[in-house]
Amino acid sequence: MIRASRAIGLALLLGAHAAASAAAFKVLLLERADDPQLERSTLERAYLGHPGGPAADGIDVALKEAQFELDAAGAAITLERSAVADAQGARDAAARAQKAGVAAIVSNLPGDWLLAAADATPLPVLNVADAADRLRERDCRAHVLHLLPSERMRADALAQTLVSRRWNQVLLLNGPSALDAERTAVAQAAIKRYALKAVQTKPFKLSADPRERDLANAALLTSTANVGNYDVVWVIDSDGEFARSLPYRIALPRPVVGDAGLVALAWQAQFERFGAPQVSRRFAKATGRPMTAHDWSAWMAGKALVAAATAAPKGPAAAFAKTLPTLDLDGSKGTTMSFRAWDGQLRQPLLLTDGQGVIAMAPADGVLHPKNNLDTLGADAPEKLCKAKP
Amino acid sequence: MPPFVARIVLLFALLACGPALAQGVAFVSSEKDNALTVIDLKTLAVTGTIATCKRPRHMQLTPDGKQLLVACGESNAADVIDVATRKSVRKLPLGDDPEAFDLSPDGKTLYVTNEDEGELSMIDIASGKILRSVKVGKEPEGVKVSHDGAVVWVTSEVANLVHVIDTASGKVLNNVKVGKRPRRFALTPDGAQLWVTNELGASVTVLSTKDYSVIDTLQFQVKGIRDTDTTPVGITMTRDGKRAFVALGRANHVAFVDVASRKVTDLVLVGKRAWNVVLDKAEARLLVCNGLSDDLTVIDVASAKPLKTVPVGRVPYMAVIVE
Repeated sequence: MIRASRAIGLALLLGAHAAASAAAFKVLLLERADDPQLERSTLERAYLGHPGGPAADGIDVALKEAQFELDAAGAAITLERSAVADAQGARDAAARAQKAGVAAIVSNLPGDWLLAAADATPLPVLNVADAADRLRERDCRAHVLHLLPSERMRADALAQTLVSRRWNQVLLLNGPSALDAERTAVAQAAIKRYALKAVQTKPFKLSADPRERDLANAALLTSTANVGNYDVVWVIDSDGEFARSLPYRIALPRPVVGDAGLVALAWQAQFERFGAPQVSRRFAKATGRPMTAHDWSAWMAGKALVAAATAAPKGPAAAFAKTLPTLDLDGSKGTTMSFRAWDGQLRQPLLLTDGQGVIAMAPADGVLHPKNNLDTLGADAPEKLCKAKP
Repeated sequence: MPPFVARIVLLFALLACGPALAQGVAFVSSEKDNALTVIDLKTLAVTGTIATCKRPRHMQLTPDGKQLLVACGESNAADVIDVATRKSVRKLPLGDDPEAFDLSPDGKTLYVTNEDEGELSMIDIASGKILRSVKVGKEPEGVKVSHDGAVVWVTSEVANLVHVIDTASGKVLNNVKVGKRPRRFALTPDGAQLWVTNELGASVTVLSTKDYSVIDTLQFQVKGIRDTDTTPVGITMTRDGKRAFVALGRANHVAFVDVASRKVTDLVLVGKRAWNVVLDKAEARLLVCNGLSDDLTVIDVASAKPLKTVPVGRVPYMAVIVE
């Protein structure tokens, strides 16, 4: 309460137009206590597609850079953070937030925890952490918005790129975790959708055990004697360690894509079009690290909150919640982005990157859609995969 | 008329009006070349390049027409080029990451947007001193000084605002909400209307400079092109204020607009990502920089037809004509 009133005061001092109507929207960022993805050694490995730091960094940058806009509209946003240890903790925190007058929740949590939080409150929940398609499909919720591109969007982006290169014969290598299995199914569906051919799907295992070399040795896994010929290797490795060196360990001199080599991401710090360098530079200046795809998604969550606050500066929270899913957002990717009505996913271009620069963008040139080409990435309206949405 | 006859007629028309056309040159800045390309306006051929500072973007002539100021984003300075000798005569510091600028009517003060800092800087050209920096919304871009020099307008791409800044005091007098990602300005000759392009709004907002109310919003539509690909940036007007020309970015077209009725009269197909536009003195030709096809399209204004597309540098930004 004290923080909120201070924000109002600040808005009054700074804003030429901040009349007595200035409202402070409280936003709660739910984070995972002792998040294994944010451990120092994990962050230092900096695998492509993994978080580079806390989600609060991106949201903070978005809120700070919008100060002028918020002041001009006579609005303010305060961000509070809460770390939770499990799904129950997420549920309790969400319920408490609603009682405390919070206007929106940003979830930097695993899917099940996010669902627990979302089921405890009708407040809008912005997902910036979990790319699982089930959260947009069978486990979707009407009031959850997804800033991070779904796995299916990433797989579609990659498949479109392969089609445009005519790299049609795909050797799939999939990791051992349950997440890998889920993502492999998504990749296989994308391969089918774009009429590519999966010459084989082979499981790999990270191991130094000579008895397991059929699973662990990249040269054996990709030898033409075992798998025939292929144009490209698509590796699914949610952990990241096996994929990291794969581009230079396979039997044939072929490109690797997926979780190493060429990766489809929401953002890459070297992206140099559409004002992207300014965004990456502001982020790096504020945090001392390069802006990752997760950071971009968190930043976009902040941008969405700002846009909702300036659209409904006087509140109430219900007006703020109502305007959130209808926003047209600018995320420095060259086109206006908005939330899909059918699953709450932010439609967006994706960047194909090798980690050093941006090689291509998706949707690929020539991939068309009757309404919006961005909807060639991920689940489309006629599929009706989310029953909670009209 | 059979097509070949039409072509011959057009050819004669071109030849006939040839001598009346500009004898001068166009200087074209290209973001990735650190150089300006020089185009002969008579032959429409590239005659050479001028080395300049790093990442040249916005350019403008001094009021006497003798010097060309080139804002260089990576050099944090303007290169001052003597038009007659085509040599750099000095560097003018412009603060961090300068993008666009405008000059006071007396040519003494330069107003520049510093993209990274989110500031408008006022610079004394003679001494090179930064007189004042004014905080504005993030990623400020377009700058325009009023005819009397009393106010300067600045767009912020992130805040979706036009800032109205008093040049004497540096105070922000007004923040005017316009469309998404506002970019560039044109001012009617009577100074009454300020036209602002909205890159992600596929529109131009027409503001009254009296009370900053929105007089109108022009929405652009190009057949066969989605609204999200219509991204207007560059804009200019004829001296009589009757016609405006708006580059529509990724729609790869330039719109000719009748200012009084605010209706699009023609759409001209140009290169990829049509960016900044400029008219020659006779207002017979419009030069359009195409940022994604590394070329420049010359349009015949009377017929609204492209005459020629000239390859220039990498990522061309804008052209300035000297006649």
